Formats: sequence, structure tokens, C-alpha cells
Amino acid sequence: MSRMQNVVIDSVKTVLGWVPERWLPGGTPDPLIMRRGAVGRQVSRLDGPIKVGGQARFAAEVAMENMCYASLLHSPITRGRMRHLDTSAAEAAPGVILVMTHRNMPRLDIIPLVSVTNLGAVGASALPIMQDTEIRYNGQVVALVLAETQEQADHAASLIQIDYETAGARTHFEAAKATARTPASVLIEKNHTVVGNAEYELAQSPFQVDNIYRTPGHNHNAIELHAVTVAWDGDTLEVHDASQMISGSAAALAKLFGLKKEQVRVLSPFVGGGFGGKGMWDHQVVAVAAARIAGRPVRLVLSRDGVYRIVGGRTPTEQRVALAADAGGNLTALIHTGHSVMPPYSACPEQYTLTGRALYRSKSYAFVQHHLDLDIVPNTYMRAPGESVGTFALESAIDELAHEMGIDPIELRLRNEPETHPLSGTPFSQRALVQAYREGAERFGWARRQATPGTQRDGEWLIGMGCATGSFPYARMPGASASIRLTREGRAIVSCSAQDMGMGTSTVQIQHAADRLGLPMEAIVFEMGDSALPTTPMAGGSSQTVSIAAAIAAAAEKLSGELLRLAGNSSPLAGLRAGEVRMIDQKLVSIEDPSRTESFQQILARASRDEISVSAAGSAPLEMLKFAMHSLSANFCEVRVSEVTGEVRVSRMLGSFDCGAILNPKTATSQFKGGMIMGIGLALTEETLFDERSGRIMNATLADYHIPSHLDVPDIDVMWTGVPDPRSPLGARGIGEIGITGVAAAIANAVFNATGRRVRDLPITLDKLL
Amino acid sequence: MTPFSYRRPASSMDASALAALKGHKLLGGGTNLVDLMRKGVEHPTTLVDVTALSSEIIEMEGGGLLIGAAARNSAVAAHPLVRAHYPMLSRAILAGASAQIRNMATVAGNLLQRTRCAYFNDPAASRCNKRQPGSGCDALEGFNRYHAILGGSPGCIATHPSDMCVALMALDAQIHLAGSAGTRIVPLADFYRLPGDSPHLETTMEIGELITAVEIPASAMGQRSAYRKVRDRASYAFALVSVAAGVSMQDGTIEDIRLAFGGIAPRPWRALQAEAALRGGPATPEAMAAAMDAELAVARPAAGNAFKVELLKRTTAAVLLELTGDRS
Repeated sequence: MSRMQNVVIDSVKTVLGWVPERWLPGGTPDPLIMRRGAVGRQVSRLDGPIKVGGQARFAAEVAMENMCYASLLHSPITRGRMRHLDTSAAEAAPGVILVMTHRNMPRLDIIPLVSVTNLGAVGASALPIMQDTEIRYNGQVVALVLAETQEQADHAASLIQIDYETAGARTHFEAAKATARTPASVLIEKNHTVVGNAEYELAQSPFQVDNIYRTPGHNHNAIELHAVTVAWDGDTLEVHDASQMISGSAAALAKLFGLKKEQVRVLSPFVGGGFGGKGMWDHQVVAVAAARIAGRPVRLVLSRDGVYRIVGGRTPTEQRVALAADAGGNLTALIHTGHSVMPPYSACPEQYTLTGRALYRSKSYAFVQHHLDLDIVPNTYMRAPGESVGTFALESAIDELAHEMGIDPIELRLRNEPETHPLSGTPFSQRALVQAYREGAERFGWARRQATPGTQRDGEWLIGMGCATGSFPYARMPGASASIRLTREGRAIVSCSAQDMGMGTSTVQIQHAADRLGLPMEAIVFEMGDSALPTTPMAGGSSQTVSIAAAIAAAAEKLSGELLRLAGNSSPLAGLRAGEVRMIDQKLVSIEDPSRTESFQQILARASRDEISVSAAGSAPLEMLKFAMHSLSANFCEVRVSEVTGEVRVSRMLGSFDCGAILNPKTATSQFKGGMIMGIGLALTEETLFDERSGRIMNATLADYHIPSHLDVPDIDVMWTGVPDPRSPLGARGIGEIGITGVAAAIANAVFNATGRRVRDLPITLDKLL
Repeated sequence: MTPFSYRRPASSMDASALAALKGHKLLGGGTNLVDLMRKGVEHPTTLVDVTALSSEIIEMEGGGLLIGAAARNSAVAAHPLVRAHYPMLSRAILAGASAQIRNMATVAGNLLQRTRCAYFNDPAASRCNKRQPGSGCDALEGFNRYHAILGGSPGCIATHPSDMCVALMALDAQIHLAGSAGTRIVPLADFYRLPGDSPHLETTMEIGELITAVEIPASAMGQRSAYRKVRDRASYAFALVSVAAGVSMQDGTIEDIRLAFGGIAPRPWRALQAEAALRGGPATPEAMAAAMDAELAVARPAAGNAFKVELLKRTTAAVLLELTGDRS
């Protein structure tokens, strides 16, 4: 987040500008783009049957001998300290094994925060964990009780007596603006960015809109509660976690508890939803510490309330978007600024201004984000941090400008479609947003939309249509590695520490490995979810699929080389190098002369080898810096708004996506639809009720925090351009987060079209439309 | 959760005797009480499971229904007699909670469920006069979107969250009680107390009394009736406002009317003033607006729920216009 970071990134981009494209990753397209067998097929998730059959063991279900159960006690105050602490009643309660507080918690360092400049780091909070009497936010863990049963632990925790001395807490969003900070960078982008004189252009242009948009805080509600089952064996530690950052968690725990990395093993083969929330929080650390003190395996499952207390959510935002256009509908100014909460001990900057930097051509631009410091559980990543809420503001404003000008909102967008990245001039790797809009509009029936708001009705229900663009940047993480073991029987075991929170990671990588290695899918075993396997980065930033794909591709290339070496001089392949052969139908085949070929089995048999193993790391992801790469979407929706009650019902939705090649239509559709449903929640129902008087979250239950219910979700239609990205592994870009982006704006725009009422603060509850 | 013991009496007399003991609480489906125990709001030492007591639904002589206290909400909603004679009650029940919760919840438990006020439900950190008399109320100036606009007091503006009870209120239901002094029947209209300065007292039940049945008298208004619930998502949310209404029409005028509201008061709210204003008059939007103005003249909304006054007027008018409209 430093100025130095801006300098370094700019320098790398400058240097890369001089490097010929073909020397870079993605310089020549991945050959698998043109040669898809298993990839691109509609394959059901391979772990589906064991999940629905109950055989998949999640972190809270791993059985251990002599295990005991943990319960946490949370601070009811926001700032202050514990003046007096009495654990005697809890210690005397039936079944209690240990009461752990700051008094007997081991002295531990702070976990380094997740960041783009420290990719091994996993911390979601940089606050000390149970190290002193100080209370820094409401819900902070102040004690842990271990007992023979969960019920005994929960009861004993309620017997701990704490006398708190309260201190003044910073809990007011508005008041905190006076001391807002302006960081030098937001992720890898320079924060305060200006092109031309946007305020001047805004004032001079014939058409302009200039409004404030607000989004509330949101909390994580994955169906699987955060959970760990922890066991020490001497100086080795085994942690069964629900994690989307396995390798990094193992490294962090090793450092924290003074162990070598090999002494810590984190396993997380199944995760019941992540969305950015399944990182490293306080519960893993206190569970590991308690297990060490007690000398017994420990299970710790957060209550739903506990997830709200110690796992951060999405910050509220207040954003200004101002747009101006000339008479021809060409943008002359694009201003996107605002405030969000990010205390210094939080990792997530909620980068809501990034979308506008890459989406439209404009004569001038101005972007800056300010951070507020409140005493809260550290805010964190939640599906499309930044873009989800940023596209609400930006894409609402585009709709407002289109209405002001009397132009169709799709037409206004197309008129401002850039040829290259509008700020840097960097070429796009692939961009077919225009196609996504045209095809989406056709299928959705956009032509039937009435441009004049409030003119379509069915009884008391006003009907409207809206659209909005979604955008999410491509990322491939450095540091991904994988190993492949190929057996003489023609099986391949592909291994890496990858995470699957339900998206289909293992299914898609088996499809990929089948094509890459020239084997049928049934011959591939994909080992993952274990820090003992070759390291892959966290599942975040919609980056995991291509990050792992690049590692497997590198390992496959190395495997080709090893097989050629083993094949020796008597093989028809003699003299060929790794880059000159392909793996097809369980054979190595010369690209130039397909008659030169030999099967894996023949090569291994002649060399008297049962198997061959290789491991390799993926190339550095320089394509991200050389090209502008984004997943994009055109969202369409139709809403019905009751003229009587103001209730909003989404009646139809269509997402038209441009995300490169789609690797598995079935799992991709689920990702897109899941994101869009979360977008309905963002638009209409979700809101963390943070009581600014106390700093406490008041709706920490699934009954009171409204995610969309089944009845809130209409039939959702999904389509895609499927145009491969020539610069990325498999031609794919990320699809995990793009689904939520643009949805809230599409719904808000549809509500305007239905009613003539423009709601700029989410969620769009019925009282705002009465 | 505090450890507790569990009893399952075989008769309502036994249940009544147990209910009179200190620390004993009656358990129906547990869909609210068990949550409250987990949150530390309730700390019973003994749960007295009364789900083995009557759950029959029987038609009485001369019409009307007698519903056993332990009848499951789903069973009531699906019962052919309820659907035929009191469709409003079926609809109200089905508008509440989720299918899983309705399968567990009992009729008596529904009547006796506690408010969902966030501050009531947060003993660790919040003040609540209902939970701890005299401690203060954090809802008055806090999150009060789901709170009362009618019938509240300076000490408590919590709402009764039931949908079923709103329909029962409109249907003039009677509550059958049994206790050590014998049995008695209380009209639902007299069953709940308003908070006043003792919001912790919610009903007129005596210590040791339990609900044995709910009686619904025969009524012509049951059939030309409706229940409309307005909420923050399409299902599984408590009412912001709800309207139970039944009418009988004679030559274009309202011969008789029953009107009750949910989500806006500490108890299901019978709109007697609005009923009186509309009875015998025309079913026009103007008459409905005047009737609702009369009913809501004493409304005292809080900062977070002022919109409910207008919302309730609109919703009621829409329901009544639909019920009284030409049905040819």
C-alpha cells in the first residue's frame, strides 16, 4: 500500500512494454485452447455424490480419539479493558478441561496481513489474539473453554465473570470522515488518479449527473460455519480447517507457534462456501493454543453469532459518481470517489473505484478512495470486494445519464466502449462486451423495454427492465506449483494444495489434466486440500483455476521432457525436445510429424520404470501487467414493484458473460447464478445492522440478516460469448466473482424504469419506494 | 445454555402442576424457546414437554372449531375444515416462518412466542425492560423497523411476531386455559397485555395455567376473508405489517367486518375503531381511508418505522377493496 509499491509496479509495467509479446506467458496461446476434449464438457462435480451421500468429512466432522470441545466468549463492549476476570465458576463446572484467557494463552506474535505484496500472508486481522486485557472491537474473543461436550463448554463459558471498564469507541461512519486516511495505492493500482480536469469538464458539459450512492455493511453467511479440528502429536500439528488459503495458513501457524513448516499440516478437502470469509481468523489460533495446553485434540465450531462477531464482513461505502457527456453521448468526465471503513489492522481496501478505471473511454477522469478508522471486527474480502458495490454506483450513474440524455442505456455504454485500456493505453487481451450486450439484449427481449418509467403495469405491480455492466479483473497468482506422477498403467496423480469451496476446482482440474496429459478423465486422480502437497496460492481474486492450470501445464511440459529423456535414442521420438511434442491418447506425439510417436507405457516399460514423477511451478503471471484483462458481463433484469406496498420482486434475470473460454458449462453456470443471487441480496435484502451507539452488530442470525430466500430468486438465465482469451492458460479468465458485479445496478435501474424512483442507497427496501 | 431437566406429563393437570413450579417452562415445538435458551434469554431449570397433550382439531356442535394446544402449525394450516371455513387462518399460518419451523411449532407455542426485538434477544450487551424490568430500552432510539406504532409504551415498543394470531384475533378466537383453580375461557382480545410500565408481563395467564385449546366460533366472515403480509423478503421474514380481514356484504354496503393487524403492536391488533367506522357503510376508498385515519390517530411511530403508518393504510385499503369488489 506504499508509494514505493506504485513505483515498483509502474517500473515493471514500463519494462514489460519493451518486451516482445511472444517472450511472455500467454505470448503464444495455450495449445489446449484449440484442442479441447474433456475441457469445455458439461461435467457434474465429481465430489457431488459423496457430499450428498454424507461421506465427505468437513472440518467439524473429522473424528479424533480423546477429542474435546471448545466454546468462545466474546466481548460485549467495543473499547476498553477487562478490569476483573473471574473464571473460577467456569473452571468448576462439569466436564471443563481448560479455561483459556489472556492469562494463560501463549504469548504469540501478530499474523501478517494478506496483501498483494506479501502473497504468502494469510492474516485477516493484525490485532493481538488474547494477549492482554484490552478490548479493541465488539465481539472480540476474550476466553475459550474446553470441555468434554459442546454443551458443557457452552455452559461453562457463560459462567465466566468479567468486569469491563469501557472507553470511548469510534463507531460513527460520518464522524470518522474528519480523520479519513488516503492510501497511496489500492491493491496494485495507484489510488488517487487524475486524467485531465474532470471537475472542469463536469461543469462545462451539456449533460451531467453527480450523485452519492451508499451501500451498507454485509456479513459472511457461508452455509458451513467456520470450524477447526486440531491435534498436536509431539511437535507436529494437524489442523483440519475450513479454509480457502491452505498453504499460507500452515506457514502462518508454523511461524506463530515456532515450528518448521513441515511440522504443520493443514487439511481442507471440503469447504462449505468461502466467498472471501474462510481465511485465517482468531478461532484457528486459539484452538491450536488450547489443544497444546490441554494436550488433547480440540474441535472448535463458531456459532452463527460467533461468525458475525469475529469474522469481518464487507465495509459500508459512500461513493460519489459524477459523469458528464457531450451532445453525442461521449463521456467527458468520469469521477468516482468515496469513503469506506478500513482500520489499520484490516487487509481489505474494498477497491470500488477500480471498475471505472477500465470500463469507459472518457475525456477526463478522477478517482480516489478514503479510508475510515472505526473500532470494528476487521472488514474483509467478500465476493468481488470493490467491484460488487463499485459497479452499483458507477452503473446506476450511467443509467441516470442515459435517462437524462434520452439515450438507450446500452447504446450509451457502446458509444463509450474503449479500444484499449482507457487510462494506460495497454491493449486488452480479449474483450467482447459489445457482443455480450447484443446477444444478451436479444435473448432477454430488451427491445420490449419502455424507455419512459412507470408505463408498464400488471394490476398493482409496476414492471420495469434494467441493465448494467459487471466487471472483475483477471488475476493469476504467482507461486503456484503442482506435481504429476504418471504410472505405467496409464494413471496420473496430479497434486497441489488447492482449495475447493464448492466451485468445482477438482472437477475442472481433472478435465484440464486429462487434456493436458492425453489421458481419459477416469485415469486422473487430483489430490488437493492438503498443505503437504505442492503449494498453490489461496482461492481468491477469481484466480485459482488459471493459477493451478499454469502450474499443471508447467509440470506437464517437464513430464514430456522426462519421458523423452527416458525414451532414449531407440525411440521414434529420439532427438525431440519437450516443446516439440504433445501428449495425446496416452502417447507422446511429434507436433511436426505425428507418425513419430510412442506410448507412455512403452517408454516406461523399456526404461523398466513403474512410474515417473515431476513437479514444477507456473510461470510468472506477467500477462497481467502486459495486457488489460477483465472478465465482463452484461446483466439484464426485470422487476415488479407493488404500487401499494413498495415491495420489489425480481421476475427475470439474464447474465451475459464475457470471461474467456468456459471450461465446464455446468460448474460455470452455478458460479454465475450463485453470484447473481448474491447480487439480489446486495440489491434488495442484505444489510448488517451495526448499532453506531454501541459498535455492536444487532442482526447476527440468519433470521434477521436477510439473504435472499428461494422465493426471492427467479429463474435465472445465463449465457456467454465463450471467446477464448489468447493470453491466459486454457483461454480462461476468472468466473467466481464476476456474477455478483453489476447486478445491484441492473436491479436498481429496473426499479427506476418501473417506478420512476431512483434509489441510491442499498438495500432497496420497500419503505424507500412508498 | 444452562443445563435443564426434562419432563413429559401425561395430562394437562399434571402439566399445570409442573408449570406452577419455579424455573419450569412449558415446551411446545421449541422453535422459539430453545433459541432463547441458547441466547441466554431464558434459563429454565426444567422443560415440561406438553406436545403429548391434545393436538386434535374437531368441529364443534353448531359450527366452530376446537384446536388442541399441541396441534402443529402445519397441521392446522392444512386441515380441510380450516381451509374450507377459515382460509384466512390457513394463509396466515403459511405466511409465517418456514415449512420446517411450521412442522415443529404448536398452536399454543405460537400464541406464547416472544418478541424478536434484537435488543430483547441480546442479553450479553443490550438493555431491555421486557427481559430485565427497569434496565431501559435500547430499541427506542435504535433499530426499530420491526417495532410497534400502536400500543407501545415509553418502556417497550416490541411487537408480537405471530401471523397466526392476527387471523385468530380477526376470527374472535377464544383461549381455553387450565390451571389449579380449574379451567376458564378467555377471549384472545383479552389474552395479551399491553406493555405499559410492565412489559415483562405479556399475557393474562395465571401462574400454573396452560393453554389447552383454541376455539374459533362459526362465522360468516371466515370465508370472504384474506391475509396479506408485507415483509422485507418474499418469505421467511417477520411482518412489517400484516392485515387479516373478513367481510360480509349486503347490497353494496359492508354488513359486517373483522379487521386485525400484525407487525405493528405488542399484540395482534384488532382494529375496532376502523371496523366500527366501516360497518354499515359503503366500501369506498374514501371510507377506508377515513376508517384507517381514525384507527391510526393514536399511532406513535419511532424513527425507524414511521413508514408503517402509510404502509398499513395502503395495505388495508388494497385488501378491503379486493374483498369488497365485485366478484361476478
